[in-house]
Parts: sequence; structure tokens; C-alpha cells
Amino acid sequence: MTVFNQHLLSFAIWLPMLAGVMVLLLGSDQAPNRTRWVALVGAVISFLVTIPLYTGFQLEIGTFQFQESMSWIPAFNIHYHLGVDGFSVPLILLTSFTTVLVVVAAWEVITKSIAQYMAAFLIMSGLMIGVFSALDGILYYVFWEAMLIPMFLVIGIWGGPNRVYATVKFFLYTLLGSLLMLVAFIYLYHQTGSFALTDYYDLPIPMNAQIWIFIAFFMAFAVKIPMWPVHTWLPDAHVEAPTGGSVVLAAIALKLGGYSFLRFAMPIAPDAAHYFSNVMITLSLIAVVYIAFVALVQKDMKKLIAYSSISHMGFVTLGFFMFSQLGLEGAVVQMISHGFISTAMFLCVGVLYDRMHSRQIADYGGVVNTMPMFAAFAVLFAMANSGLPGTSGFVGEFMVILAAVKFNFWVGFLAATTLIFGAAYTLWMTKRVFYGEVANAHVAELKDINPREFSILAVLAILVIGFGVYPEPITALLQATSAEFLTHMETSKLPISNIPAVGI
Amino acid sequence: MSMSKLLLLIPLLPLVAATVVGLFGRKMPRHFAHVLTIVAVGMAFILSAYVLNQTINGFTLNETVYRWLTSGPIQFEVGFLIDNLTAMMMVVVTFVSLMVHIYTIGYMHEDPGYSRFFSYISLFTFAMLMLVMSNNFMQLFFGWEAVGLVSYLLIGFWYTRPTAIYANLKAFLVNRVGDFGFLLGIGMVLYHFGSLDYAAVFESAPRLADAQVQLLPNVSWSLMTVTCILLFIGAMGKSAQVPLHVWLPDSMEGPTPISALIHAATMVTAGIFMVARMSPLFELSTTALSTVMVIGAITALFMGFLGIIQNDIKRVVAYSTLSQLGYMTVALGASAYSVAIFHLMTHAFFKALLFLAAGAVIMGMHHDQDIRNMGNLKKYMPVTWITSLIGSLALIGTPFFAGFYSKDSIIEAVKISEITGSGFAYFAVLAGVFVTAFYSFRLYFLVFHGKEKWRHPHHHAHEDGHDAHHHGLSPEDNPHEPSWVVKLPLILLAIPSLMIGYIAIEPMLFGTFFNNVIVVDANAHPAMTELTHHYHALLHSPAGMALHGFMTLPFALALSGVLLSWFFYMKRPDIPAMIQTKCQIVYQVLENKYGFDAFNERFFAGGSRFIGGKLWQIGDVQLIDGAMVNGTANLIGKIANKVRHLQSGLIYHYAFAMIIGVFLFLTFFIKIN
Repeated sequence: MTVFNQHLLSFAIWLPMLAGVMVLLLGSDQAPNRTRWVALVGAVISFLVTIPLYTGFQLEIGTFQFQESMSWIPAFNIHYHLGVDGFSVPLILLTSFTTVLVVVAAWEVITKSIAQYMAAFLIMSGLMIGVFSALDGILYYVFWEAMLIPMFLVIGIWGGPNRVYATVKFFLYTLLGSLLMLVAFIYLYHQTGSFALTDYYDLPIPMNAQIWIFIAFFMAFAVKIPMWPVHTWLPDAHVEAPTGGSVVLAAIALKLGGYSFLRFAMPIAPDAAHYFSNVMITLSLIAVVYIAFVALVQKDMKKLIAYSSISHMGFVTLGFFMFSQLGLEGAVVQMISHGFISTAMFLCVGVLYDRMHSRQIADYGGVVNTMPMFAAFAVLFAMANSGLPGTSGFVGEFMVILAAVKFNFWVGFLAATTLIFGAAYTLWMTKRVFYGEVANAHVAELKDINPREFSILAVLAILVIGFGVYPEPITALLQATSAEFLTHMETSKLPISNIPAVGI
Repeated sequence: MSMSKLLLLIPLLPLVAATVVGLFGRKMPRHFAHVLTIVAVGMAFILSAYVLNQTINGFTLNETVYRWLTSGPIQFEVGFLIDNLTAMMMVVVTFVSLMVHIYTIGYMHEDPGYSRFFSYISLFTFAMLMLVMSNNFMQLFFGWEAVGLVSYLLIGFWYTRPTAIYANLKAFLVNRVGDFGFLLGIGMVLYHFGSLDYAAVFESAPRLADAQVQLLPNVSWSLMTVTCILLFIGAMGKSAQVPLHVWLPDSMEGPTPISALIHAATMVTAGIFMVARMSPLFELSTTALSTVMVIGAITALFMGFLGIIQNDIKRVVAYSTLSQLGYMTVALGASAYSVAIFHLMTHAFFKALLFLAAGAVIMGMHHDQDIRNMGNLKKYMPVTWITSLIGSLALIGTPFFAGFYSKDSIIEAVKISEITGSGFAYFAVLAGVFVTAFYSFRLYFLVFHGKEKWRHPHHHAHEDGHDAHHHGLSPEDNPHEPSWVVKLPLILLAIPSLMIGYIAIEPMLFGTFFNNVIVVDANAHPAMTELTHHYHALLHSPAGMALHGFMTLPFALALSGVLLSWFFYMKRPDIPAMIQTKCQIVYQVLENKYGFDAFNERFFAGGSRFIGGKLWQIGDVQLIDGAMVNGTANLIGKIANKVRHLQSGLIYHYAFAMIIGVFLFLTFFIKIN
């Protein structure tokens, strides 16, 4: 047990990857059920091992916990260094939990290369947990880039007709940003002789270098979140991705970007973060308002939800760059909540797509007549997406908007427009898809959700309502970490002596 | 049982019933749904009555139930503030809800969504109770939006009707416009008062009375004015004040019981309740009070006009509700918060009664809602007739009826008030009395008296032909009085519509009922003080007030309204038809509801779609994707086209390149180190 307790994070990372390998070895299309069960057991165990991260988390400590460190590549002083704080623990749990849902959601739906599909998600889960827990620049970078491979495969193999365009676009966007991030790490290595994140936190950096570091990280993370104007890969990727791919993309992959701002860009270059805060807030507000308008006119359900995701992620970056505890914690809560709600929304589209093979809103109408149980869930999640109080979707937005009003009334004003537009695009879609008379013969033949689909949606519904009614368990995790973070952010890292500035 | 637990039970009972019925109702026999919810709401009512009895005897409580969320020094909690105002609202909400639950057994008994309906209205009761019992802004906002959610679900209850699902989306979005302002107001409160807890906010309010905020460069506004107006925007959405009133008439697409419960008696009065609760803030800004008063006056008068030309029985009552909400808002503006709450209460009884009676008429007419097809129903539906008459008399403010005491007090308070806009408001509420009497009795005469118009073969064909539920009564049929589950609520609501004003006016308006609950700055806004003085010096008693009421201008106006409607619709039906042809322009303006709907549809809905389409096509597709992303891809493609000539396939080319490369790298690293 001590081995387990001392290496919780390693287990959290490597168990799902091991499970993925097991699925590849044991599973095949000839034995679909064995493949599925191996994958499910692997996913469940991988989820269970992350629970001690929550139960054993010491709420009053704001720095890293569950740390593990050993030398990896001594020549460059690279370490296998893991650790988590209040920001990463909820995201790790979200990752391992979502993977279970993805496996269950794919149960009867994926019939082609089942083992490879399941394995891709299990491996991706481990890699993403690696991103959330790596405290060494290179280790982080490896996880960050490696995570893209299974995602490319998922979209490229099980994706829609236009998947090649989508993956290439995704690749182009991400690669450019990631390379700049690598350059930033190499610069920092030159300054410290180390890839340890904690060394970077303590390193004084002159302003112009901070600005370049921040820009380099920004390029990588802004694409991932995605922020306006580097967001256009996301709707295309979602449309082409299979349901599971969309779920992981929306629920977790986008959070990699948000999380990385908190872990790298902001604390390493706090003065630059302050310097750019107005730009970041502007971009966030554009995401909230502009993207909401764009979402309104979408004809494809997945595109609409993809744009809705971008708009909701605008609250995350907005919350980060106001440098207030309420805003910051609201942003993290928003990330978690968006994980549940976007998962639910994409699964709902998946339920419909599996039956009708269309994502066009115009092909639907009056679904509630034939699928009443499903419609009840869909309306609940639509309400959560509109930020209805009592659902988790409200909590983060509420906190960020309140913080924004304090920061600057007009920032709050623009952010709060989501109350109107978020409801408008979500509920208008709900109206056109679910309400009304049965629109056509295909809708008339729809069968309501089966027990498997019901159980996934029910679990998500419980979480969405549960954290809406009682969000304290999430915010309790964040308290110490966000206080520590803000203290760090308020301390200038500009060198005190007149060290000549070094550019890159 | 301790009081805290008992208080917790009051909202939780309906919530549990709603959840159980919502989850399992479809698979259970019908009576399961109504028995469970009625027992739960009934118990909530009994407990609420007990709580009211306690608060009247001096009990108050301000207690946290649980901590919702902590962020740094800020704590958000779920908690209850129980005082006379809360307890009174709880009794009104649970009583009307109980009546509507019972009534629904009869009204919805053929509907396939029977158990779903009971689940919704119980859920509504929970949400409304959370709203009125809250001790902080966060929970207030939760209840505020939760009642909006149930309203959305219930307006769209018959989800196959295009009009219903249009109306519920519209209702939700218009309410969200109000909530947008409301949330910003809450943000201002948290920022400047440092807490969302009522007690803490009210305590620090006087210290911030003169605080200024700069929202625009070089322009300072009073913090209180900005905050109160933002909060009031929320009230305008929920309580349907112009220009956010547009959703309420359309909400009549929902089944009639919820029109009574949600869109007349309880939810729409949440805005009134909220402003009264916030009296310690509103008292500090006369500008905000003026705004409140003017908006209320516009609503009271101009929505009343619209009631005159409606032919749908429910829409007449709906416009009357809008107008009465305007009266309450005017009272708030006059700092007569207690009068507003008093009118809220009397209105809850008589308007719920009128709606439920309208529902009984609709059932009797086999779901024909056009009052031009009715007539002489008093012969066939005596209970509905008498109770409707009581409701109508209460509504127009006949002395001794409930509505008289509350409406007359509003008019008097406005008369005394001296803030900007009170002159216009006084005119509006006076003129409103005449208009109210006119449209109410137009409805009453057309429905219950005169000829039995459905017997005419060419009666107004079902104008709402889209609506499968409008069957109409065939000429040879007689309408029938509905079953006792429908009649019982009518009778039980008629009793308070008659008597509650007489009983409650002294303690609520001139007694100590709202001491320590509602704060009025008597120096700046003396209306209530003078009203009390006037009452004690001249009127002495409720009976004295009623007798005096017979000699006042409002009574004369109401009476002439009734007489004119009798003359127009009973004696000389040709006159209104003639006026209609003569005054086409006025009629058109009213018919188009002053153009609000057309404007909103074109400007806001159409405009948003237009902007969205442009941003998407030009911003995303052409600029970002077209020029930047695919442009980059094309550029790389072009460069690659040139560069690929380097890949000649000849080994010695590659070897040469490698050697050069290694050489360059070595030079670079040596130089660096």
C-alpha cells in the first residue's frame, strides 16, 4: 500500500495507459464484448485510483501535494517530477471519470476497430492526467504533445467525411503554438539549468523576456482553449469527431489550455500576465459575446455546442486575468462544470446521431413526442448550459460575473450578456429539435434511450445538479491554492539589480 | 420539532413530491400524482400558516441552512429570513398553490401529461418558497430563475403547439433580459457592500447612502440609484413591467391553472416582493423610486387599454394582471411598500379566482376562449358566475371588497407622494380605475349575460384555428358547471376576495405588521405617514373607509366604467362596433400592442440573427479561416512547392546538406558556450 500511496499520481497516469495496452492485446473486433469489458474495467480502476487524490488532499496546503520525483534524463537535468494542487486535482478526477463515460457511451455504437478506439481513449486519459500533474517542463511537453496522437487517430479513423481537413487544421494550429512553447522552455532551461517548474517560479525574469515567454505560452494555450481568433479548428474538429472524441475534446482537452495558463504562463511571467491582462480580457469578452452570436446561427448541433464551448471558455480566461480570488475560482469551477455539461450535450447529440445519422437541426423537430425521457435530460442539460441556478453551469458564471462587476462594471456588463445569448442559442436549438409536432417519419420512428444511455445521462444529471446545489466541495479544494497563486501573481519577478535584459 | 427543521420542511415537501411524481408518476395510477403533491403542498400551507401565526406574535429568524460556496473571504450561503413579510408570502403562495392543485384535478383530468403537470406545479411551489424565504441575494436569484424555469416548462406544457413553444422561449428570454440587469445589480451589491446577506447589506446601506460610482469617465452616479435601478430591471422582467411585459400575454398559452398560480398570483409578483424586501436600499434613492413609479404608471394605464380590445377570455385577464402589477409598482415608487404588498396579497386571491373562473368557463365552452361566442352563462354555471362577479367587483375596487382597500390605498399614497413622476402616476392610476372597470365588466357582461351567442351558427369561428384544443361548443349543447374539485377552489378563493381587505388593512398598513421589515424614510417620502394619519383621523375603521369610499372619485370612475360597459355591450352593441370602424388607427395601435412585439421580433431577434450570420460568415469563415488559416496553409503549400526541388533523391545532395548542417550547428554551440 505504501508504494501505492507514494506513487498515486504515477498510478493515475500509467494505469489507464496500461489498460489501453491490455485492451489492444486482449481485444479484437471478433470478441467485441471482451474488448468492451476489459476497457470498462480498466477505465473504472483508473478512475478509482484517482479518488484518493481528492480524499487525501490537504485543503489548507496551497502548494504541490502527492509529489514524486526522480531523475529521468540527467544530462539535461530533466526529472520525472509529478505533483498536484487544488487546480489540478478536480481536473484529474474529471479526466478519469469522463473516460469511464466515454467507454460506456461507445459500447454498442463503435463496431469498427473497437479495441483501438477504447485503447486510444484510455491512453489519452493517462496522457492528459500526465499533463495535469507534470512539474517538469519537458515531461509536461511530452505528455502535451503525445496526447495529440490518440486524438488525431480518433478523429482520423472514426471521424466524419471531412475528417482529413479537420485533423490537418487542428494539427496546423496546435503545432505552431506548441513549438513556441518548447522554445520558451529551452530559454528557461538556459536561465536556470533546470526544467523544474518550481525553479521557474522563483526565477526573476526581465520584463521583455517575460513578454516573449508569455507570448510563446499564449500561442500554445490560446489555441487549445481555444480563444478568439484561434478558435476555428474546434467546430471543425467537433463536427468530424465521433461522440467520444467530442466529449474528450470539450470536457478535457480544452481544459489543458486553461490549466496551463495557471500552471505556466501566468506564474512564470506574472508581470507580463498583468501587462497583457487587458488584451486577455478583451479576447475573453470577444469570445463570450461574438461567439455567442455565431452560435445562434449554427445549423449543425455539434457546431452550435462547439461555439457554445468557446463562449463558455471565455469565462475561464476572463476569470483568470482579473486577478481576484472570486474570478479565479469561478474560472476553475467553470472548467469543471463545462466538463460535465459539454459531455452531456455531446452525448445527447450522439444519442440522436446514432439513431438518425444527422446532426442538422432542421432534420429534427418534436423529438419529445417519441423520446420523452431523453428530452427531459436534454432540456435539463440545455438549462445547465444556459447557466440556470441550481445547475453547475450557474456557479462558475455567477462567480466570474460578480468578480467582473467589481473589476470593471462594463466588463461585467458584457460578460453578463451570456445570460441572454447563452439561453437564446441553447433554448432555440432545444425548441427546434425537441418541441413541436413530430417533424418527419424518421423522428416518428425514434426509440427512447436504452438503460445504458439512461445511466450515463442520469449520472451526469446528478453531478450537474449536485454541484449546482452544493459547489462547496470544488471550491474548498481551490481555496488555499488560489490564495497562494494570487500572492505569487502579486509579487513582481522583475530582477532587482540591473541585469541586462536577455531577449530570445 | 425545532422551528428550523419545520421551516426546512416547508419548501422541501413540495420539492420531494415534485421529484417523486416527476420520476415515477408516468408509471403510477393518476391519483398517485395529485394525492402526493396535494398532501405535500397542503402540509406546506398548514406549516406556513403556523409560521405566520408565530411571526405575528413576534417570532423572527435569520438563519443559515448550509454554506453553498466559499471563495476567499466571501461566503455564499443558503438560508432563511423569516419575518412577517416572508410568512405572509409563504401563506399566500402555498394557499393559492393548494387551490390550483385541487382545481387541476378537474381541469387537466383528460390530459396525457397529468402527472407531469402536478410535478411542475409542486416544483414551482418549492422554487417560489425558496425565493420568498431567502435571506440573501444568491438564493433569491436561484428562486428567481427557478420559478422562471418552471414557468418556461409550463407555458410550453403543450409542447406540440407552435404558439406555446414560441411563447415559452420568448418568456424565458425576456425574463433573462431582466435577470441580466438583476445579476449586475447583485454584482454591485457584492462589490460595494461586501456581502450578499440581506442583514449585512441593509445594515451598511445608510453608510453608503451618498456613495458615488463612476461608470463612465467623468460622470458620477449615486451608487444607490445605479444598484436599485439594476435590481429593478430584474423586477421589470419578472413582474412584467413595460417594456419587458411582452412575455406575459403570450404566457397564456399555458394551461389555465398555471396562469392563475404563476402568471397572476405568485411568480409575477416576485418583483414587487423583491423591491419591498429591498426597501432599505430603495429608500435611499429617490431617483430610483421615481423610475419605479413612472414605469409602474405606464404599465398600469397602457396595459389596461389593451385589455379593452381583447376577445380571448384569458388575455383580458392577463392584461388586467399587467395593469394591476403596474399599480403595485406605482405603490412601491410612492414608498408605500406595505400597500404594494397588501395589493399583491388581495390581488393574488381575486386574480387567481378570476383566472380559475375563466378556466371553468373555458371548460364549459369546450375550450372555446372567445368571449364573443359566450353569453348568459349565469344560467348554466351559477357558481362560476357568482364567484366571477365577486372577483370582478374586487378587481375594480368596489368598497368592502378586498381590492378596494388595497387599490384605494395605492391611489391615496400616490396622491400624497411628491417625488418626480407622481403627478403622472396619479393620473394614470385614476384613469386606470375607469379602464379596469370597463374591460372587467365588458368581459363579465359578454360572458355571463346577454344572448347565448354560441347558438348562432356563424359565431366567431375559432380564430386560433392552429390550436387543436379549441373545440368549441356546438349550438345545441349547453355549458355545464364543472365538478366540485373546480368549484371548491373558486369558493375558497372568493372568500378572501371578499373579506381579506377588510380584515387585514389595519394591521398591514396602519399597524405594526411590517415594523422592522419595511423601512421608509418618513422625512423624504411621507406618503405612508400621512396615509396612516388620514386613516386614524378621518376613517377610523375599515368600514368607515369603505363608506367613505362611496363618495370618492375612484368609485365614481369605477361605476361609470361599469355603466359604460353595460351600455356598450348589453344595451347598444352597435356603438363599440361603430367606434372600432371610426377609430381605426387607435384600434390598430391597440391591436398591435403598441408595436412592441413587432419591434422586438424585427430588431432584437432578427438583428441578433443578422449579426450572428455576418460575424460567422465574414469573421470566422472568410477572415479567420479563409485569409489566415487556409491562407497560411496555401502559403506553406506554395513554399513547399518550391522547396521540394531540394529533395532531389540524390544521396550526395543530402550528404552535402548534412555536413553543412552539422558544421553550422557546431559553430553555433561553440560560440554560445
